[in-house]
Amino acid sequence: MSLHTMTLTEAHGLLRDKKISSRELTEAVLARIDEVDPKVGAYITVDQTGALAAADAADARLAKGEASTLTGLPVGLKDLLCTQGLKTTCASKMLEHFVPPYDATVVTQLREAGAVFPGKLNMDEFAMGSTTEHSALQTTQNPWDLSRVPGGSSGGSAAAVAADLCLAALGSDTGGSIRQPASHCGIVGMKPTYGRVSRYGLVAFASSLDQIGPMTKSVEDSALLMETISGYDPRDSTSVPKEVPDYRRLMKDEEGKGLAGMTVGLPVEYWQADGVDPEVMAAVTQAKATLESLGARCVSVSLPHTEYAVAAYYVIAPSEASSNLARYDGVRYGMSQRGGDGLLSLYKNTRSEGFGDEVKRRIIIGTYALSSGYYDAYYKKASQVRTLIVEDFKTAFQSCDFIISPVAPSPAGKKGESADDPLKMYLSDLFTLSANLAGIPGMSVPCGLTRQGLPVGLQLLGRHFDEATLLKAAWHFERTAGFQGQRPPL
Amino acid sequence: MEYEVVIGLEIHAQLKTNTKIFCGCSTAFGAEPNSQTCPVCTGMPGVLPVLNKTAVAYAARAGVATNCTINRVNRFARKNYFYPDLPLGYQITQFALPIAEHGHLDIELPDGGTKRIGITRIHMENDAGKLNHDPMRPISLVNLNRAGVPLIEIVSEPDMRSAAEAGVLVRKMHQLVRHIGVCDGNMEEGSLRCDANVSLRPKGQEEFGTRTEMKNLNSFRNIERAIRYEISRQTDILDNGGEVIQETRLWNADKEISTSMRSKEDAHDYRYFPDPDLLPVVIDDAWYDEIVKSLPELPDAMKARYVETLGLPVGDAEVLTSTLELATYFDACLAALGTPTPKQAKLAANWVMGSVLALLHTEGMSLATVPVSADMLAGLLTLVEKDVISGTMAKTVFEEMAATGKEAKIIVEEKGLAQVSDTSEIEGIVDTILANNPSEVEAFRGGKKKLMGFFVGQVMKATKGKGNPKVVNQLLGEKLK
Ligand SMILES: [Zn+2]
Repeated sequence: MSLHTMTLTEAHGLLRDKKISSRELTEAVLARIDEVDPKVGAYITVDQTGALAAADAADARLAKGEASTLTGLPVGLKDLLCTQGLKTTCASKMLEHFVPPYDATVVTQLREAGAVFPGKLNMDEFAMGSTTEHSALQTTQNPWDLSRVPGGSSGGSAAAVAADLCLAALGSDTGGSIRQPASHCGIVGMKPTYGRVSRYGLVAFASSLDQIGPMTKSVEDSALLMETISGYDPRDSTSVPKEVPDYRRLMKDEEGKGLAGMTVGLPVEYWQADGVDPEVMAAVTQAKATLESLGARCVSVSLPHTEYAVAAYYVIAPSEASSNLARYDGVRYGMSQRGGDGLLSLYKNTRSEGFGDEVKRRIIIGTYALSSGYYDAYYKKASQVRTLIVEDFKTAFQSCDFIISPVAPSPAGKKGESADDPLKMYLSDLFTLSANLAGIPGMSVPCGLTRQGLPVGLQLLGRHFDEATLLKAAWHFERTAGFQGQRPPL
Repeated sequence: MEYEVVIGLEIHAQLKTNTKIFCGCSTAFGAEPNSQTCPVCTGMPGVLPVLNKTAVAYAARAGVATNCTINRVNRFARKNYFYPDLPLGYQITQFALPIAEHGHLDIELPDGGTKRIGITRIHMENDAGKLNHDPMRPISLVNLNRAGVPLIEIVSEPDMRSAAEAGVLVRKMHQLVRHIGVCDGNMEEGSLRCDANVSLRPKGQEEFGTRTEMKNLNSFRNIERAIRYEISRQTDILDNGGEVIQETRLWNADKEISTSMRSKEDAHDYRYFPDPDLLPVVIDDAWYDEIVKSLPELPDAMKARYVETLGLPVGDAEVLTSTLELATYFDACLAALGTPTPKQAKLAANWVMGSVLALLHTEGMSLATVPVSADMLAGLLTLVEKDVISGTMAKTVFEEMAATGKEAKIIVEEKGLAQVSDTSEIEGIVDTILANNPSEVEAFRGGKKKLMGFFVGQVMKATKGKGNPKVVNQLLGEKLK
């Protein structure tokens, strides 16, 4: 087995048993990046020096027997997680040279656990997009078919994990940005409950929707990362002071029982949606049968306000974004175009040149939706819809333990396909963004390949703070369905 | 035409918390530019605000003290606009759900009456930074030490009808926020500043005229002057058949004029919306009770107590309640006197307003460090009350107390300053004086009653000032009959 192809859990075992060192593992990953990333384009920044120093520190820690499960393991970071002293670009010209003076809380947590950071991963600019084509800095190819997009916005993270350019990665999910690229790249991705993971140091897109989550090669690895990054953070008022369960233990609890006694909800609005690729539908239908074979009972449920979710999302997310991105004004950091004649031209030139089209489009939409006279019709109405969507899920979860659906209507598209049609791109988020509006956890697990060899993911949605049920179901599914370990033909 | 002036005020008071409202940076004034900043208050990518609970408690205190309803659930909103002193591109303030609403404050009018001024709302917000415009180069420097300092904005109803009334409200508010310990009231440092909305309407008309907003009023003097200026400016416009334009005007204190800053058309659309980074602020019963309990007796209640219970003149009560420290000192002195009679209370008030305040002024001391404590002053007053020393002698003793920090009783004992009330001892002296001044005695008995002062003076001189004036006067009166 090559070192870079291992899961976190496998590599931890070898490190613990002193069969390998973190330096060997990290060097293997860095070599793999050298070899393969020119084709994939996942990394914006590779931090060889920092990674090897962290690997050596991890080895010292392992030698002293003070290691955690993550000590010495290379984990990639989406390039909107602030890393002290290491560029954090958000894949934007605006922050192309920005070096944060502080670490995001999740970065601190991983550092303290002894993780190694090989570098920072590409994404759609400021996480706005679902193909990673909106990165202003580089393109990322889908490792399964280099002519296709990896999905987005955490496309770099998904591609890197799929192409073994890191053992696991962190992404962020505002409307599906972890789950959809995970699905397109054939890996596991989890968007935790809103408030489960601290957002401090995550460069905000839409504050009430953003959540950081793991993107991994196995369900167990997601559980492991969740144990490390979850929990209350006094620096994030929206993080929730709730105990973090022992996800890996709960996941395997009463292993022999499978999923017996569990009820799976199939929302009619998702399962009868128009425009879902037949191969995607076939794969998730097969997945449903697998879950039933594990003892789960499937029932039909309804999420009646689904048809308003996309509209509500594309009011709330841009509104918050328009305000969150106001700080990029050229005054204190980042791009600053000072050639003009005064303050207004500083603002205009900096923001015109610093932001890409998709970011500008959303800032304009959000600014419009919040302006006086329109607030009630747009933002307020969207917030009301959001409340209804929360209620929809509450009602649905009265008759099931978790929900399944496709992650995306189709497998990864060709590059350039959705560039001229933002509306099509927005509609492709239909299955994922309701979870962000409702604040509930969601997962994507690989559930098949199309005839063209493109991965398809199964989405699992759960109750607030019930990541444990999703991990359990996904873990059983993964073991039974047997897609783990399938690798792209790179 | 005769116009009625309508004035509403927005008073910004800096809460005197040690740290900023959404981060742990110090709020101390006058530090090196940008030395009191962190990723949060400089608006770095990815940072989040964490609310300072002391700021909430202080804001709620101000709400209770102005008879407001405290919104037990209130929330922060973003006020979006671009300016280099505003790191996030939005101010975190309160909009739809402020912490306090529907209050009032009674102000004392110059004619002795009182008037109730409505307090529309009080909300919390963060201050912006400060721009320093370089006089030599075409650049401005940004200092973010102030950015994130907690403020409350107290918004009044348009209930004032003259610049003088507005001045009284600001002074009263200034006194109140200091009294309840939420703001240091230092106007030179910008801890308290004020915007005034001014409009005129023909006398008798119900409907308000077009208003202008005057900004940057940072002293009591400026507030009244700027309002007077604006009243006369609007009067001129209306008298000449013109129309007042709704606009924001900036007061220039040096030139004593105001200039237009922006008109209604240029007004910002602030695009308020609830700040998703902050949870609604919930003030539960326990916290609310704690806040109410933390409030000292308010100035108006103190004043009423001094006038009604102690029988002090209104003027005295106002001076004594001008700061909480002074009122506390006076109350402590009263407490040390036991249950003071109105006469004792008045005596104590005179001493506090006279000698004690004079000592503070001349020595530049604070009541916390003044060597004559309230208890010690009470001790001195007790000696006067018991005729141990005269009022005149008490002044000398007070000076000695201030210089040495010794108790009055000790000083009187050590220096033998107790007055002589022994009739036989004084009688001997009186007899001697009368025997030595036969011609004056003759003249007095012949009708020159003014000579009484001469005899008293002679006796006091002979007793080194210690003769009890009452006894001396009485004996002289008898002997000179
Ligand atoms: Zn700070």
